[in-house]
Amino acid sequence: MDHYIQLFLKSVFVENMALAYFLGMCTFIAISKNVKTAVSLGVAVVVIMALTIPANNLIFQYLVKPGALSWLGSEYAAYDLSFLGLISYIGTIAAMVQILEMTLDKFFPSLYQTLGIFLPLITVNCAILGGSLFMVERDYNFVESCVFGVGAGFGWALAIAALAGIREKLKYSDIPHGLRGLGITFMTVGLMALAFMSFGGM
Amino acid sequence: MKFIRDQLDAVEPLFKKGGKLEKLYPIYEAQDTFLYTPGQVTKGTSHVRDAIDMKRMMSTVIVALLPCIFMALWNTGYQANYAIATQGAVPLQDSITGLGFISRDAIMQAVGLPYDPANQVSNLVHGALWFLPVYLVTMAVGGVCELIFSIIRGHEINEGFLVSGMLFPLTLPPTVPLWQVALGIAFGVVIGKEIFGGTGKNFLNPALTARAFLYFAYAAEMSGDKVWTAAGVAAGDGVDGYTNATILTGMSAAPVGTSPDAASTMGLSFWDCFIGWIPGSMGETSTLACLIGAAILIATGIGSWRVMAGVTLGALVTSMMLFAFRADIDYPLAYMNPIWHLVVGGFAFGTVFMATDPVSAAMTETGKWWYGGLIGLMTVLIRVINPAFGEGIMLAILFGNVMAPLIDFYAIQANVKRRAARYAAT
Repeated sequence: MDHYIQLFLKSVFVENMALAYFLGMCTFIAISKNVKTAVSLGVAVVVIMALTIPANNLIFQYLVKPGALSWLGSEYAAYDLSFLGLISYIGTIAAMVQILEMTLDKFFPSLYQTLGIFLPLITVNCAILGGSLFMVERDYNFVESCVFGVGAGFGWALAIAALAGIREKLKYSDIPHGLRGLGITFMTVGLMALAFMSFGGM
Repeated sequence: MKFIRDQLDAVEPLFKKGGKLEKLYPIYEAQDTFLYTPGQVTKGTSHVRDAIDMKRMMSTVIVALLPCIFMALWNTGYQANYAIATQGAVPLQDSITGLGFISRDAIMQAVGLPYDPANQVSNLVHGALWFLPVYLVTMAVGGVCELIFSIIRGHEINEGFLVSGMLFPLTLPPTVPLWQVALGIAFGVVIGKEIFGGTGKNFLNPALTARAFLYFAYAAEMSGDKVWTAAGVAAGDGVDGYTNATILTGMSAAPVGTSPDAASTMGLSFWDCFIGWIPGSMGETSTLACLIGAAILIATGIGSWRVMAGVTLGALVTSMMLFAFRADIDYPLAYMNPIWHLVVGGFAFGTVFMATDPVSAAMTETGKWWYGGLIGLMTVLIRVINPAFGEGIMLAILFGNVMAPLIDFYAIQANVKRRAARYAAT
């Protein structure tokens, strides 16, 4: 139990996709000007990561990991399909996003409206692919990858929502001219990263 | 008094626009308003305004801090004297903490005070010898940063710095090297506050930003077992820090499954921790002193009681949950009696003085409860799940600061929604 709690807290705080690994920075900086859109994007990222990382974990464990095919029979144990890894993960993510989009459009039109452009947009968000690649690198099992998927997505969403809140507040600040815009945003992100370090050394 | 007023009036033209020292106006303004109530009154259509201004507000915080400052002086001296008198420790070499030109040991010899924990004067003086250099460096370096920014950016030197500059040294271990103090406060003032436009425009508490910066940049001098007592033990050809773990570190070393209890592991009772004669950062050991400060802050309406109550509730609920499920999770501190969380690890200091910072806390009344609760939750989670970071409350408050604008946003949205519904209903 505590293993999963630690994994979750670690993926939310210490190994935060945006604040510790600088993944998904383009959307992180570009879409964080107002809280509403930032939260919609965050929710989309949580959903996509929670779905794609476990899905990719199945592909990894049963198809492309060296020796993964041994469940077909002992003569397949020698196959190593890991060169197909990257392309299958990207394919899974793209397919997942498409299916999710169609499902939402059909059954939850209001949610589909809220997420709008962000669903197709995050197909190319590097935090999503990064999550799958971390899962492969750390060789998570299925349950771990579910926890990690939710945690990593939630951490990224939390970071972008908080940044959007701070940026809305900073509208009233008196920032030196040279720092306005991207400069102060990067410094804000740096200071936020300090506050997200709370479970380091675990 | 009249004399000082006359002097100030006499030099005023020098600093006014067109005067010779026009650029240094913030220095004049700070002196003038520090000594006298400004003469300006509201022009045009009058508003009903609160009699309290930022200056009075910040001075009240300083008054509320006085018990903590006293405990900082006394306890730092007491801990060091106790270690030297009864535990065989020796006075620390001053080269370690950078007061190279004069030795604290020599001052103690010169004024003829023994290292005796029963001698209250010796405790106070010895403590002051550790606390004052840190405080003076903070004020000098932080003040210069503030001054440079106020001259270039044309804002006033703000009393907010007096509070940050008071809080910061209180959160440091006594043996912190002075150059690190300088670096820390410079980071806190410039990056934590001034680049956003000065007091009231930042989003993180500047004192905590400085503390967290030092914590991550110089972990060896800011954490561990050897920094909390201003005394040393002979080691090889020099003097090593005297080992004296903080209560949380001591307790987290207890074997899993037993109830960690400072009485058995460190020889300290609950009331010892409450009054504050325990090792820790200089000013944050005494819950009692912080409660006196809290009473002053709440009575004058300067510190938000909602935030303080929120933090305490959040911490209690979380620690009770962890205590209830202690058998399912393998953390030594989950076995600690929840009430202990309130008296150790600088909990009271953070709750009363750091979390209630009106700039970086949540602004809405509902938001303050959530903000406080979030800090309490994070504090206990960090302490129990990650005992490597005993300074849970520091990082929890920074995290609360980061989340505060978002909490406010949702508090306001909820209010908008509620009122819209009411409007539609009628």
